[in-house]
Amino acid sequence: MRIASKEVSAVSLVKEALRKAHEFEDYHVFISMNEEAALAQAAEIDAKIARGEKVGRLAGVPFALKDNYLSPDGETTAGAHMLQGLTSPITATVVEKLKAEGAIAIGRTNMDAFAHGSSTENSYFGPTLNSADRERVAGGSSGGSAVAVALGIVEFATGSDTGGSIRQPASFNGIYGLKPTYGATSRYGVVAMASSTDCMGFFTKTPEDMDLLMSITAGQDPKDLTTLPDYYNSSEVKKVKRVGIIKDFDNEVVDADIRKALKEKCELLESKGYEIVKIEMPTLKYALAVYYIIQPAEVASNLSRYDGVRYGFRSKDSKDLDGLYENTRDEGFMPENKRRIMIGNFVLSSGFYDAYFLKAAKARTLIIKEYEKAFSECDFILTPVSPNPAFRLGEKVDDPVAMYLEDLMSVSLNLAGVPGLAIPAGKNAAGLPIGLQLVGPRRSDKSLIEFSKELAK
Amino acid sequence: MKYIPTIGIECHVQLSTKTKLFSEVDNDARGKEPNSCVSPVDYALPGMLPRLNGEAIKFAVRAGRAMNCEINRSSRFDRKHYFYPDSPKGYQITQFYHPIIGAGYVLLPSGTQIRIEHAHLEGDAGKLTHFDSYSLVDLNRVDTPLIEIVSQPDIHSAKDAHDYCKELWRLMRYAGVTYGDLYNGNMRFDVNVSLAPEGSEKLGTRAEVKNLNSFRSVERAVEYEIKRQTKILEAGEKVVQETRGWSDATGETTGQRSKEEAKDYRYMPEPDIPPINLSAEFIEEQLKDFPLMPADYREKFGEIIAGDTLEVLLDYPELMQKLDEVKNVKLMSNLFASVLLAEEKSAEYLNDLPSAEDLNTLAEMNAAKELSSTATKEVFLRLFDPQMKGRGARNIAKELGLIQENDLGALEAIVDAVLAKPETAKAQDDFRNGEEKVIGFLVGQVMKESKGKANPSAVQQILREKLTK
Repeated sequence: MRIASKEVSAVSLVKEALRKAHEFEDYHVFISMNEEAALAQAAEIDAKIARGEKVGRLAGVPFALKDNYLSPDGETTAGAHMLQGLTSPITATVVEKLKAEGAIAIGRTNMDAFAHGSSTENSYFGPTLNSADRERVAGGSSGGSAVAVALGIVEFATGSDTGGSIRQPASFNGIYGLKPTYGATSRYGVVAMASSTDCMGFFTKTPEDMDLLMSITAGQDPKDLTTLPDYYNSSEVKKVKRVGIIKDFDNEVVDADIRKALKEKCELLESKGYEIVKIEMPTLKYALAVYYIIQPAEVASNLSRYDGVRYGFRSKDSKDLDGLYENTRDEGFMPENKRRIMIGNFVLSSGFYDAYFLKAAKARTLIIKEYEKAFSECDFILTPVSPNPAFRLGEKVDDPVAMYLEDLMSVSLNLAGVPGLAIPAGKNAAGLPIGLQLVGPRRSDKSLIEFSKELAK
Repeated sequence: MKYIPTIGIECHVQLSTKTKLFSEVDNDARGKEPNSCVSPVDYALPGMLPRLNGEAIKFAVRAGRAMNCEINRSSRFDRKHYFYPDSPKGYQITQFYHPIIGAGYVLLPSGTQIRIEHAHLEGDAGKLTHFDSYSLVDLNRVDTPLIEIVSQPDIHSAKDAHDYCKELWRLMRYAGVTYGDLYNGNMRFDVNVSLAPEGSEKLGTRAEVKNLNSFRSVERAVEYEIKRQTKILEAGEKVVQETRGWSDATGETTGQRSKEEAKDYRYMPEPDIPPINLSAEFIEEQLKDFPLMPADYREKFGEIIAGDTLEVLLDYPELMQKLDEVKNVKLMSNLFASVLLAEEKSAEYLNDLPSAEDLNTLAEMNAAKELSSTATKEVFLRLFDPQMKGRGARNIAKELGLIQENDLGALEAIVDAVLAKPETAKAQDDFRNGEEKVIGFLVGQVMKESKGKANPSAVQQILREKLTK
C-alpha cells in the first residue's frame, strides 16, 4: 500500500477525498459527512507509521458507508425519516473489520429509504445523480455508494444487496459491485431489509480491491447466526471451462446495446478458449413474483419495530397508543415503504399465507435447485444486470411495477443465495455505462472475482 | 341436562437460564432496576439479530423428557406479529410451525393421564405498568426464555385442572429448568373451558381465561366458568368464544375481547435463526443423570409412604431425592413431613440438607431404641441447624444427653431403687390387685429417676416382670 510506504500520508488521502466530496456535492452522494473523525483517524495512522508500528491492510484508505450500516459516528438513517436522530451504540461487524484494518469512513451515502427502491429516488433526502449523466438515476438502493466510487471520491464503498441493490447501481455507474454468497459477510449492525436475502458487499474500481475487501470481511460472526465459516480465504480458485448464457435473458426485453455487450464479452471469452453454453432456466421467470412476496413479507416484519417508542422519529401530539403508532408510521415511512408493508402483511395474513408466502417459499426451493442444475452444466453464468442502462430521474417513480422489473435479472440470485459480481462492460452510444453480472455457485465468490479479470481485457 | 366440562391448558414456564433466549444479557432480573437487563438486541435496535441460547435448548430437552414427550430432532422459530410496547421488535419469536417438544403425557396423582399436544420455546414479553395518564415500560423480562406447554383437552374437572397445573410445576422443578416461583410469574396458566351435553361428541364453544398465576386461581376460575357457562346453556343461550380475565378478589371472570376482533398474528418463519437440528448424542447427553420424576417416586414409595404424606413431600424435589438416598424411608418421610416442614425455618433448611449418612445414623439410633421418638425429632432438627450441622447425629445426641438407657442391668437397678421407695408401695399393691393403669405412674417414676434416658418400653417390661413374680 502506498500509505505504509510513506509515499502519501493518510491525512492527505482523506483530505483529497473530502475535497472531492465537496466538489461533487450536487450529485447528492452523501447524507452525512464524518470529516473531523476521519481526519483524526488519518492523523493517528500517520503517527503509527511514523513510529514504525504495524498498520492494517487498509490503513488510511478513505471509504464511504451506505447509510444503513450502524456505527457510533453520526446518525444512521437508512435514508429514512423514521430513523432520524438515531445514533447507534454499536458498530456493524463489516465496519468493525474494515476499521480494524485502518480504513477511514468519510461519510454516509444516500440510499432509498430502508433500501426499498432501484433508483435512490425513494430517499427521504432526495435522489443521487448518475455519475455519467446528471439527468439520470444512480440506480439503487445503494446509489450514493456507487456514485461515490464512480466519481473517485473514495476507493471503495459498502453496499447491501437484497434484490440487486449493489449490482444494479454498480452497472449504472460502470464499476464493480459484489453481492457475496448469502452468509459470507455478516448482517449484524446493518438495518435489516429482507433477512433471508440481505447480503453485505462492496463497490470497487478493480477486482483486486474487491478480493482484498472480501478477504478482510468474510467469515463467521457469532452475532449473525446465518453467517458461514470463512471459506473465502481458504478457497482455491477454480479452473473455469464453460460459461453459461441464459436464453431467456438474451431477447428483445433487453436493451440492444446491453445484448451487444454481452455478445462481445462472449466472443472475448471464446477467443481465450472458454466454451460458451446456452442454458435454460425456465423457473427464473417466476423469480420476480416470488421475490415480491418473500421480500415484502420480511420487510413488513422487520419494519414493525419502528413504532416511535424507543428511538428515531416520533410523531408529536398523538392522543393514544394507537395514534402514536399510526402517526409515527404514517409520517416516518416513505410511500414505497408503506406499499411493501401492505403487500407483506397481506401475504402473511391468515387465510392467504398458504396461497402466497408458502407457495413462494416452495417456488424458491425450485429456483435454488435450478441454479444447482445450471452449475452442473457450466462453471459460471454471464447475464445482464438489468434490462436497461440508467433511466431518467422521475421516469419510473409513479410506476412501481416498472421499477420492480429493474430487478428482473438480479433477484433470483438473492433467492438462491448465490454470489453475483457486476462488472463494467463499456458504454452505450449515449455514453451510459453498461454492466454485466457474473454468477457463480454458492461459495465461489473468490473464483468469481478472479475470473472477472478475464473479462476486463 | 347434564353438561360435561372439557378443559385445555396452556402453561408458560420461565426458564432459569443464565442469559436471555436471544442475547447475552442476565436473565435474572429479580431485584434489579427496570430496563437494566436489556441489550440492543432486546430493545430491537435496527440491525440487531437474535443469537440463540444453547442452555435454553438443553433445558427444553429436559422439560420435554419430564413430560414423557418426543424431542423433535429438527425444530425452528417463527415470528408472531403484534404491536404493543411490551414487544420491542413488533413480533415475538416463538415456534409456531415446528416446536422443539412433541407429544407426551403427564400423570396426575390420581393416575389420570393428561396428554401434551406439544411444547415450544419462545421469548417472553416486557412488562407494562399502567397509571392514569401514562404507562411505564420495563423491558427486563423481554426474551426471557419460556416454554409454552399445550395440553390436549383431556381435563374434565376443576380439581384435575388444579392437579395438572401443580404437577407441571413439580415436573419443571424436578427437571431443574425453572425457579418455579409462582408469585413472581415464573409459571402462568391460560385455561380453555367449554361445556357439552353429556354423551355429545362435539365440544362446546370455549372461553379462555388468561394469565392465571396460582393453582388455586386455576381451580376457582374453572369452577366459576363451569357455573357461568352452565347457566348460559340452561337458559338456552350461546357461550361466546372470547378471552376472559380472572379476578382473585371478586372470584369472577370477565370478558376481555371476543374472537371476532381477535388479532391476526401473521406468522412467518424466523429468517434470522437457522433450524435447530439435535443429534441423538446431544439429547442423550442432556438426559444422562436425569432425576426421578414424581410419578417414579409414587411407584417407588407408594407402599412405604402414606398417600397424603407423599403428595406433600412431592412438592420438594430436594427432599424426594434425599429420601431416595436414605435407608429408612418410612421414618425419614415422616420426619420430613411432620417435623421439618412444620418448622419455621424449613425454607432455609431446605437449601442445605444433611447428608444421607447423618440421617441413616439417626434412623439406626432410633431403631436401636437409643433415641426415643421425641429425642429422634429433636436430633433430626438439629441436623439442619447451621450451628450443629456436620457434627453427626450421634455426637449431637450425646451433647444433648438424649441417648436412652437400654442396658437391662442398669435399668433393673433403677427399677429396684424406685420400687424400694415407700411412695411407690401403694401403686405396687394396686397393680398386684389388678389395677393395670398404675403401671404408667411407676414407669414415670423410673423415667424421672433415669433423668429421661431410660427406654420406657424396656422399663415397663422389667416392672411387669418384677411385680408379677
